[in-house]
Amino acid sequence: MLYREAGQFKTSYASDQAVFPILQDRVGILIILVIAFIGIPVTGNDFLINAVMIPFLIFSLAAIGLNLLTGYTGLLSLGTGAFMGVGAYACYKLTTVFPDVNIIIWVIVSGFFSAAVGAVFGLPSLRIKGFYLAIATLAAQFFLEWCFIRIPWLYNYNVSAAIEVPQRELFGIIITGPRASAQTRYLIVLTIVVAMTWMASNIVHGRIGRMWMAIRDMDIAAELMGIRLLPTKLLAFAVSSFYCGVAGAMLVFLWYGGAESTVFSINESFTILFMIIIGGLGSLLGSFLGAALIYILPIILRFVPPQLGLPLHAATVEHMTFMITGALIVFFLIAEPAGLARLWQIGKQKLRVWPFPY
Amino acid sequence: MGLLYQIFIDPFVQMGTAPDLFVQTLWEGLVGGMLYALIALGFVLIFKASGVFNFAQGIMVVFAALTLVGLYNVGVPAFLALGLSIAVMFVLAFTVERVVLRPLVNQPDIILFMATFGITYFLIGFGEFVFGGDPKVMITDQLYLPKGTITYKALGGVVSLQKLDIAAAIIASIMVAGLAVFFSKTRIGRALRAVADSHSAALSVGISLEQIWVIVWFAAGLVALVTGIFWGARSDVSFALDVIALKALPVLILGGFTSIPGAIVGGLIIGIGEKLGEFYWGPLIGGGTDAWFAYVIALVFLLFRPQGLFGERIIERV
Repeated sequence: MLYREAGQFKTSYASDQAVFPILQDRVGILIILVIAFIGIPVTGNDFLINAVMIPFLIFSLAAIGLNLLTGYTGLLSLGTGAFMGVGAYACYKLTTVFPDVNIIIWVIVSGFFSAAVGAVFGLPSLRIKGFYLAIATLAAQFFLEWCFIRIPWLYNYNVSAAIEVPQRELFGIIITGPRASAQTRYLIVLTIVVAMTWMASNIVHGRIGRMWMAIRDMDIAAELMGIRLLPTKLLAFAVSSFYCGVAGAMLVFLWYGGAESTVFSINESFTILFMIIIGGLGSLLGSFLGAALIYILPIILRFVPPQLGLPLHAATVEHMTFMITGALIVFFLIAEPAGLARLWQIGKQKLRVWPFPY
Repeated sequence: MGLLYQIFIDPFVQMGTAPDLFVQTLWEGLVGGMLYALIALGFVLIFKASGVFNFAQGIMVVFAALTLVGLYNVGVPAFLALGLSIAVMFVLAFTVERVVLRPLVNQPDIILFMATFGITYFLIGFGEFVFGGDPKVMITDQLYLPKGTITYKALGGVVSLQKLDIAAAIIASIMVAGLAVFFSKTRIGRALRAVADSHSAALSVGISLEQIWVIVWFAAGLVALVTGIFWGARSDVSFALDVIALKALPVLILGGFTSIPGAIVGGLIIGIGEKLGEFYWGPLIGGGTDAWFAYVIALVFLLFRPQGLFGERIIERV
């Protein structure tokens, strides 16, 4: 009843092609942003911000990165974890070598290192695709993981072979390191994620995004239409890795506070792939929904049994979480193979014509 | 110059001067490669018949081994436990077909691939929930598998072979031969190849897809059980093995997704290549190369022959 576009006339091409053509959508996104920027930092407790919101946003950004590659360009990649790792290690090296430059600049710049590495490992994508490409990117995953362990220069020859986040400030406020408050880190993560989501939205709605989607739908046809495959595919790899790299740098610098190479293992790659498939391939909203389901669901599941008064062992809860996550993945795939974003679209369509079925 | 010497000459000099070590390394690579080949075989079986890229194959190996050991540990006699494990693999095949594959028929490959991720998660949780997450020891003695080593002096040194590995090689060969006969001679085997060629054509001549899928998942389950027994005998049985199961993927690339001989040859090449590479060239760049060596071989291979050694040529129609 409330969600209806009746009476909203479009008088220019710009308004017709807007990302959110309906007023209610624009109001909705504004409300979400207000809650995220003001509501949560003011009212949320440390647990909500530190253990739920920050990782959720970071994983969403990584999922957007992978979605640009897999969902929009149709190139399956299993190297996400390693590309995140490149971002994290690049950021660590940069900030320890040049400590005077602001850390936020380095977080963004580290994305470019990741983009370069991603483009190199994207080279085989011209010849191979599908599962074959996925396995080729596995080579990137394992090779880079090996580099993180075996090249001590990357972690400044620390005895622990781990990277430790140093304390850095912005306008006199501590933003990284163990003494930074959860609220500050949350706001920085949120700002970066919102800005980069907005950028991604512009990319996929513009010329580059259309070229990617043309390649996804049929690369030979795209080539015949004059899209150069190699530069476009490599650009997809570079942009995707840029997003993953920034997400990886934020993961270590604004959430973990320190990391070993195991953080960026193959499981990380799979988790992010889960997120985009469950959320919806080729949808930015889907990246957020998928990250919410895959990351937040286990947290909720962990808290349900104690609430119900079931005295379950911690290990048992862990196993149950695995089982339920697996079952839910299958369930959602059967219910809607196109992902949660598609469910949301169907829901919106139903709302628009409510109370009529069509 | 010194580096070039170290890369291109020195390893071969080492091989020449200590042939016993070379043979030993070769043998270990061969045994490791055989296990990769067995996992890849499970992948190929399912991929051929249903076009599903079954990511859960590695976990099925662990799950099968865990079921066997878990049943034995609660007091079931060893061979009864073996029979029951086979039954469990059948139930698993049946359930997967009913619950996962049937509702998802005609979906894109990536969705089915994703569904096998779901199965993977479920099996990890279920296996640990029922049998506990701690590593277990495989019951080799109770299944009358040989143990100990055969040592003989040869090539100016000592070469020692594990009896268990030899048994594994023999049993694996028998199983592969059995599968080959099953595929080429029996009625079900022929139906299976028909399904692999074309789902709709197979349906139209009256082959039941559901039945074929159950059979093929069950066959993959049996292969997983055998793999699990021998793998478990070499190390402990736990879900930590699943990362090693990913090694089957480069094997598939090398051998081709649809070829059983390809899976075996590919497995052996990867196994030997990674052992020799680590032993002779690994120390030059700091060791631990076997984590990625197989994938890089596969990557290089893909650039020259994307369909694999024995795979069918990929033809794209517009």
